[in-house]
Amino acid sequence: MTIGLAHYLTVAAILFTLGIFGIFLNRKNVIIILMSIELMLLAVNINFVAFSVTLNDLVGQVFAMFVLTVAAAEAAIGLAILVVYFRNRGTIRVEDIRMMRG
Amino acid sequence: MIFTAIMFYLFAAAAIGSGVMVVSARNPVHSVLFLILAFFNGAGLFVLMGAEFLAMILVIVYVGAVAVLFLFVVMMLDIDFAQLRSGAAKYLPVGLLVGIILLAELVFVFAGWAIAPRVAGIAAAPFPSNAAITNTRALGDLLYTRYIFAFQAAGMILLVAMIGAIVLTLRHRVGTRRQVIAEQLARQRAETVAVVKVPLGTGVAD
Repeated sequence: MTIGLAHYLTVAAILFTLGIFGIFLNRKNVIIILMSIELMLLAVNINFVAFSVTLNDLVGQVFAMFVLTVAAAEAAIGLAILVVYFRNRGTIRVEDIRMMRG
Repeated sequence: MIFTAIMFYLFAAAAIGSGVMVVSARNPVHSVLFLILAFFNGAGLFVLMGAEFLAMILVIVYVGAVAVLFLFVVMMLDIDFAQLRSGAAKYLPVGLLVGIILLAELVFVFAGWAIAPRVAGIAAAPFPSNAAITNTRALGDLLYTRYIFAFQAAGMILLVAMIGAIVLTLRHRVGTRRQVIAEQLARQRAETVAVVKVPLGTGVAD
């Protein structure tokens, strides 16, 4: 049996769906939501690399690297905002964030 | 070939299993650890596909930096996670519904989709035909020439993110005593040392 494009796309699709599911399941916990987003970006990266290898085109891997860069920046900024928010309010409940509207 | 298949199913099963644990673990620390496991298995899948450089980058950037950052924040913030988890069962049906709908959509996309016959001729950057050139070398050749501006922009994004994170989390506490070197250097002898002539038997007044 040969492992082809469809196998990798299936894994990526399941991981992406798990990420979406995690966002809904842990609606109150921002940290888990951020982790779910990282999981979805991993699935996207698997898609990029699988297509890159199948279509014999290196640009997919270059783009996957940029996705990785942006994901790292997003995680850093998101966690920094989270730390500041926790310092000010003493909780990270997502529902409380709407109280910040002016 | 059979070895590749076995490794693929191993990595895929571990990645999906740890993905399930990331979203469903009770303890966020366990979530982070399972996220690390998921990234390791993703890196394994990348190696199987022949993208070694991205696999190593995934391990270094995600496991080494991002996941540790998550772990740090989870452990640093004193959060009542049991209270945050309450009501999760309420969102379970909605989450399952959305997840199943999305998965069905992806299945439909796969079912009605085929690679165009001309696609082999229009690749923007085909893999080098020379088998001696490694994946890392090929990526570098492409990244530092044709995509140099995108590469620089990615560097700027990281710089802005770094400065942003520092500016957001840096705080000056009032009341802490810090060393001010300029003040120390600007001290004059006159304002520091007082030579007092003490008459016999009277003592020092102040």
